[in-house]
Amino acid sequence: MDASAASHRKPAGRGLAGFLYRRRRLRLSLLLAGPVGWLVIAYLGSLAVLFIAAFWQLDDFSGEIVQDPGFQNFKELIETPVYRSIVGRTVLIAALVTLTDAILAFPIAFYMAKVASPRARGLLVVAVLMPLWASYLVKVYTWRIMLQNDGVVNWLLDPLGIDGPGFGNVATWLVFSYLWLPFMVLPIYAGLERIPNSMLDASGDLGGHPWITFRRVVFPLALPAVVAGSIFTFSLTLGDYIAPTLVSSTQFIGNVVYSNVGVANNLPLAAAFATVPVLIMLVYLLIARRMGAFEEL
Amino acid sequence: MNAHRFRWWTALAVLTLALAALTAAGCGDDDDDDGGGGGGGDESQALQKLGKGEGEVNLVAWAGYVEDGSTDPNADWVTGFEKETGCQVNVKIGNTSDEMVTLMRTGKYDGVSASGDATLRLVAGGDVDPVNTDLIPNYKDVFPALKDQPHNTVDGVPYGVPHGRGANLLMYNKDVVKEAPDSWDVVWGGAESEPYAGKVTAYDNPIYIADAALFLRETNPDLGIENVYELDDKQFDAVVDLLRQQREVIGEYWSDYTKEISAFTSGDSVVGTTWQVITNLVQADKKAPPVEAILPREGSTGWSDTWMISSEAEHPNCMYMWMNHIVSPEANAAVAEWYGEAPANQKSCEMTDNEDHCEIYHADDEEYFDQVEYWTTPTKDCGDDRGDACKDYSEWVKAWTEIKG
Repeated sequence: MDASAASHRKPAGRGLAGFLYRRRRLRLSLLLAGPVGWLVIAYLGSLAVLFIAAFWQLDDFSGEIVQDPGFQNFKELIETPVYRSIVGRTVLIAALVTLTDAILAFPIAFYMAKVASPRARGLLVVAVLMPLWASYLVKVYTWRIMLQNDGVVNWLLDPLGIDGPGFGNVATWLVFSYLWLPFMVLPIYAGLERIPNSMLDASGDLGGHPWITFRRVVFPLALPAVVAGSIFTFSLTLGDYIAPTLVSSTQFIGNVVYSNVGVANNLPLAAAFATVPVLIMLVYLLIARRMGAFEEL
Repeated sequence: MNAHRFRWWTALAVLTLALAALTAAGCGDDDDDDGGGGGGGDESQALQKLGKGEGEVNLVAWAGYVEDGSTDPNADWVTGFEKETGCQVNVKIGNTSDEMVTLMRTGKYDGVSASGDATLRLVAGGDVDPVNTDLIPNYKDVFPALKDQPHNTVDGVPYGVPHGRGANLLMYNKDVVKEAPDSWDVVWGGAESEPYAGKVTAYDNPIYIADAALFLRETNPDLGIENVYELDDKQFDAVVDLLRQQREVIGEYWSDYTKEISAFTSGDSVVGTTWQVITNLVQADKKAPPVEAILPREGSTGWSDTWMISSEAEHPNCMYMWMNHIVSPEANAAVAEWYGEAPANQKSCEMTDNEDHCEIYHADDEEYFDQVEYWTTPTKDCGDDRGDACKDYSEWVKAWTEIKG
């Protein structure tokens, strides 16, 4: 059959089309070669290199990298108290930021999804997205100016006789909560919109107070969306290192990675430390998947 | 369907692993080659004869060292050089000494304006070549005190051309620090700095550890600190303890000089280490509180920068022309005035717009610079009879991370 088909005189393009038409597998492979190649080589490949580099070490004398695999970098990370406390601080602030954003975002998202008129809803979506159009650095520097000694925060708190938080962990928490709020509002909004209004009505008809309706109907149904949003807020805080240097002198995981790459030229240790947030996020994503967050993304 | 999907994932996983193995092997080969190339640096020799310019030169420099008028039309000592020599100047700004070392190790640059805490690392790594000063006519006018220094000369062989120098000073806000300090004790967390707790600032870099050593050299003679960059275990522990004590009163650290300017302008920092150029900029701002900068009685750390030529320079002739140009009286005066430091060329002092520039920056005041300990790279070798007992730079970096917490 194939041989007789080849003997017909056909334009080259058509021959190729026919050839591919008969070979489904090949067609699919060619179509996916580009994107999958990108994913594997550029994306997973760089992660693999990072992971391998974490097992190398630095020669004390010349400062050159020695490709002699071992666990000494991870050992150093675990045994040095300061690295442990930096990981602890980073995770704690990321968790606090996530919690704050969830508490702030839920009412906004609920209002947008269930209460607001279509017009108000459109305006609110724009309002939530608007800060994303401004540069990250502009937003962080704005917070720096607001929090500084003669800034607006101290000016507002002065009549009450309190001092502002100044630059430190509190400032980092405030700035991150502000920066990542839209990433929490949008998934929750999408999740709440998917809950049919009839369910809320049914709960009311069956005698549920608004609070009971929220607790037993809305919240369980919206929880996967909250978890989906928390993936963004948590991972974005976990990986950031610029905001902490601008509004505090505290160190995040990213700051230590940065100073080991730039200042110390100790790439292996930096690579080892960089795998820590990757591992934390892997665990986080596994839990999030169990809670059904991936259906909400 | 499930079986189908499973196969895809397996294929992907196998591919990833194969790729990882390949890259690992590939990197191994690359680095071995590099190692061989770097080793070749030992036999390298200074250029013997200046040839024709190659048409361009790639520099790594501190911000403000290579200005072609694009930052400020009045700051331009590059355009004339380009016209005269035909060497197009490309500059990459290095923010820290460490960044500069990393950039130079790529081998893509012809030269660098290295501070003393980078120079020896570059020489030891074979990243830079000796300099034949006979090919640099302006070298003879450089202040003698800047030539043949431990940070720019190894075994009597010069590895660069001095650019200029300055000291790290103590700056304070006169509204808050009423009594003019004359000692660093106001920043170290003791009783003297108690009134300014939470408003003290310090330079955010491992090299700042030397500042603590400098203070202890005066206040705790039992430690026997002589060279603040060569600290053995006992001395280092005491110095780190002092920095931990200081951490309690620090408001914020600075590494970017604009951050320090904003902190003093807003009143978030009222006392701490500074560069002359920062003080000038705060004093020029009418809205900022009044500030003053002094050299405390313990002396201070400082920097003395050197233009060095890469051992892999693709444009060595242009680089030599640049080194001659940047220490010429005109260009050296312009850069010293723009950046705020003491020039390296004696004749520059007659060329500055502000005639008092050399006096303000103590350009020819050797007594002043005798009190300044220039940044240099800490090494294991103490350079005295203690032998290999000292903490090297990687330990300084680690300690700095621990101090900041």
